[in-house]
Amino acid sequence: MAGDIVEIVLRAVCVLAAFLVLPLLVGQTEHKVMAHMQGRLGPMEAGGFHGWAQLVADGIKFSQKEDIVPLAADKRVFRIAPALGIVSYLFALAVIPLGPHTVGADVPGSLVWVLAVGGIGTVGTLMAGWGSGNKYSLLGGLRTAAQLVSYELPLILACASFAIAAGSLSLVGIAHAWTPWWLLWQLPGALVFLVAATAELQRPPFDMPVADSELVMGPYTEYTGLRFALFLLAEYAGIVVMSLLLGVLYLGGWTGPFDHQIGWLWTLLKGAIFAVLIIWIRVAWPRLREDQLQRVAWLGLVPLALLQLAITAIGVVVTSR
Amino acid sequence: MTGYLVLAGVGLAGALLFVAAMVARRLLAPRAPSLAKLTTYESGVDPVTGGWAQSHIRYVTYAFLYVVFAVDAVYLFPWALVLRDHRLGVVSLVEMGIFIAVLLVGLLHAARRGLLNWADSPQEGPRSSVAEPAGEKR
Repeated sequence: MAGDIVEIVLRAVCVLAAFLVLPLLVGQTEHKVMAHMQGRLGPMEAGGFHGWAQLVADGIKFSQKEDIVPLAADKRVFRIAPALGIVSYLFALAVIPLGPHTVGADVPGSLVWVLAVGGIGTVGTLMAGWGSGNKYSLLGGLRTAAQLVSYELPLILACASFAIAAGSLSLVGIAHAWTPWWLLWQLPGALVFLVAATAELQRPPFDMPVADSELVMGPYTEYTGLRFALFLLAEYAGIVVMSLLLGVLYLGGWTGPFDHQIGWLWTLLKGAIFAVLIIWIRVAWPRLREDQLQRVAWLGLVPLALLQLAITAIGVVVTSR
Repeated sequence: MTGYLVLAGVGLAGALLFVAAMVARRLLAPRAPSLAKLTTYESGVDPVTGGWAQSHIRYVTYAFLYVVFAVDAVYLFPWALVLRDHRLGVVSLVEMGIFIAVLLVGLLHAARRGLLNWADSPQEGPRSSVAEPAGEKR
């Protein structure tokens, strides 16, 4: 029993450590990759070597900022909102496998779990938008809600396609069932997943809810200091979760040469590919308009995801006869 | 079973992280509240009326559409596990095809009645302005 408790604590601490380190790596990658794509240097001073400590410095700066809870805010809701995004992605990260046995929490229906806890973060953003008592925040919160429900659907359908292709609801099971044919067979689903994930993370070109030229900072307008930093942390943790998820579902996770020894490294590398892709998408496309955003989801991604579902299901039935 | 206990532990770790961050904020962040700082931010001018204003009904449509399709997704995941069964495979494929086709007809109907258009486009102004209240009631 004592051994069990030690194991549970150790696993929880490892997940927490991954949750705190990986988003920083993605953030630093974004600084440098964006800078080079835009023909500039990015942070160079903090820490000496290519500004590696920039995000640490940012964190210290955030912790010293005055904390403001506006008089008009619904104060309890306003204060709790940042916690929900964090817990949501922490829960999701806990079940994503780096190797067949390298997984924080080994639960049978991990794919369904990830999709389910994703909703908690949405509630957090809505709480921030409503609780701030600010018109920018309210509009941003509503846009967030509309965007997240619209893009949740193609995301779920794409995930269902992967689950059907593997005949399993467990991320470990899906990665085990993966074959190189999936690169072609599941390509539309992977594209839908990538676009929908970018929108779920509210990253450009899908950043209507926080559009700075229209809504200042959307639901986060009234937030300052560490509370604001927690929302940022949740966003980058979201990139980590979505990238690793796509790496596991579409690229077979740990599958690769020498995967008995360095399988975890393959998973991280495959996740890194998608993280860089999500950053690249941000640099490459301008922001969509609110109505265009909804049309892309309902008339573009949903039909494409349903088509992928049909291709997958027919493929499974034909090959398993 | 250990898996779910670990998840509970992870949830606790998340709560602890939030509490630790809030304690750090309390210890490190300066506090000098003033009325100007605590006023709602509206681009530098004094806020007009309250922050909880009416908003566009359009957003509700998307919520409705989502509920319809999210319920459909609930059926998709168990289906993933029985599709390889020889007795259920083809039958369930046909059934699922009919089920999703019915939903798709609903989406096409919503799109045709202009529910997915954000603004009324000028060339079909009169038609969509007649169609929309009817669509919203439904």
